[in-house]
Amino acid sequence: MSETPVSRAARATPPTVARKIKGLSDRAIAWIFVAPTIFLLLAINIFPLIWTIRLSFTNFRANRLNREVEWVGLRNYERILTDTDIWLNMQATAHFLFWTIFFQVLIGFTLAWLINKKFKGNDLWTTIIVLPMMLSPAVVGNFWKFLYQPQIGLFNYIIAFFTGKDPSSFEMLGSVDLAPWSIVIVDTWMWTPFVMLICLAGLRSIPDYIYEAAEIDRASKLRQFFTITIPMVLPFLMLAVLFRGIENFKMFDLVVQLTGGGPGSTTELTSINLKREAFEKWRTGYASAYAIILFVTVFGLASIYVKALNKVKER
Amino acid sequence: MSSFSVTEPSKRSKWFAGSLVILYAVITMIPLAWIMLTGFKSPADAISYPPKVLFEPTLEGYVNLFTTRTRQTDEFLAANPPETWYEDIVRQYDMVIAGPSKFGERFLNSVIIGFGSTFLSIFLGTLAAYAFSRFRIPLADDLLFFILSTRMMPPIAVAIPIFLMYRQLGLSDTHLGMILLYTAVNISLAVWLLKGFIDEIPREYEEAALIDGYTRFQAFYKVVLPQAATGIASTAIFCLIFAWNEYAFAVLLTSGTAQTAPPFIPTIIGVGGLDWPAVAAGATIFLLPVMIFTVALRKHLLRGITFGAVRK
Repeated sequence: MSETPVSRAARATPPTVARKIKGLSDRAIAWIFVAPTIFLLLAINIFPLIWTIRLSFTNFRANRLNREVEWVGLRNYERILTDTDIWLNMQATAHFLFWTIFFQVLIGFTLAWLINKKFKGNDLWTTIIVLPMMLSPAVVGNFWKFLYQPQIGLFNYIIAFFTGKDPSSFEMLGSVDLAPWSIVIVDTWMWTPFVMLICLAGLRSIPDYIYEAAEIDRASKLRQFFTITIPMVLPFLMLAVLFRGIENFKMFDLVVQLTGGGPGSTTELTSINLKREAFEKWRTGYASAYAIILFVTVFGLASIYVKALNKVKER
Repeated sequence: MSSFSVTEPSKRSKWFAGSLVILYAVITMIPLAWIMLTGFKSPADAISYPPKVLFEPTLEGYVNLFTTRTRQTDEFLAANPPETWYEDIVRQYDMVIAGPSKFGERFLNSVIIGFGSTFLSIFLGTLAAYAFSRFRIPLADDLLFFILSTRMMPPIAVAIPIFLMYRQLGLSDTHLGMILLYTAVNISLAVWLLKGFIDEIPREYEEAALIDGYTRFQAFYKVVLPQAATGIASTAIFCLIFAWNEYAFAVLLTSGTAQTAPPFIPTIIGVGGLDWPAVAAGATIFLLPVMIFTVALRKHLLRGITFGAVRK
């Protein structure tokens, strides 16, 4: 960076001088600046969380305010953890998580690798690819429902066109076997660009001289790919997986609009089930316990994962 | 290329990579293009088999989106000839326009809540980010992690107590309630991103200003803010897009006056479940601003996404 007179003068000033200048003390300013944010988070995030914890030990129902509220101890937790239906929801969530991350990493990394070949016009095409992830998931879910219609939908028509099947012979959203895949397809369509962008940042962070050195050592392109590219991008890729994992564990809007959890409960992810318990059956206490279990699960898994990530980074 | 470089891909591999990426981009655009086309179809064309790529465009979807209509008797129709082009369209089905639909209101709610919460997140977020970047705050790392971890909660989990709290405070289904809620959700990302941008501005600039007799506040808004303007702008875009797209809180906490567009658009389909052109028109109007934004501001936006994830 070029030396400006301001920065030269600034460097010549001892740091203590700056602290004794008129106006409020730095300490006061620091608190004035941070306090509103902390207050807002306490009021709209932490206080509700504590309230949820309290509710989770009761049989409170938000639609019956006059009913006496009883403390039920750990009964809500016990019932949730032994409920087989909830385990089915967990399985649906796990299926959704695993396959969306699998496809997004595979396609996202490939795209990033191709874009990094720096062909002409690559940033325009990158922007076009990124568009789906900027859109409202609920609205996206709603219009994919249209594309998935068995007789009239474009998706069925295109699949039928290439496979020769009858377009009304399969229902993406109506069949128990296909519905879990229909949500994986839409989520992959929408979020692959996110993984791609992070991989691209990773690929661009690899300095050219490493490849030049490898070239001098006569390492083959394939070997360079596996010993330089993959290990250098791995921390970025793992970060992308973390973000997608947290987001998809919370998944609600896209899937609720697409399938509403059906058919049966094949695509009823935990968030959708939670919404049903809390705002349709109005079992507030029970749903609060459920929410706490989900939160602890995400938080625990994410912490373990971040530890693993830091180990990879250190290498 | 003037000089040979081992890291520069060959012409052939560039051509190959380029065509694969373009192929993917085209495939990924098909659903979006389809929904925009559907907005200009008649209901019959929208559900025809095989799907129609070529059709006679009509604004029926848009007229249905913005109006409510009722069926009328033949005598009434004969006595009141249509006066405007949109009444003409509705007359094909022996209907008359009864009034405006709720779409305009819902769209306006999205605008108010989106911009309101973005402004508030950026205002509070910039102050907090500056403090975290420049001052020694006890337990700063823990506080920052706390701020970020609030994003891990599933929205429905937070929605239960907020629903109860808002009902008590009279904030449910109000603009203010939604603005505060979206600000709380957005502020974590805002502080996190903005701290990164402010960290990059050399401290010496402000310290020089302080010596020239500025107070901390003056140094903050005369020296730091202009330097951080790009960072603030790209953070604002993220906050705006989040608030614009949000659905879970909106569907649970709003029903009338403060309802935003995302929970409303799926309901346009109506009872018969056949008015796909109107849904498509609504989706198009709602999604288009974000798409235009993304393309126009791609440099800041793309950097922002990766920056937020990659730093640290």
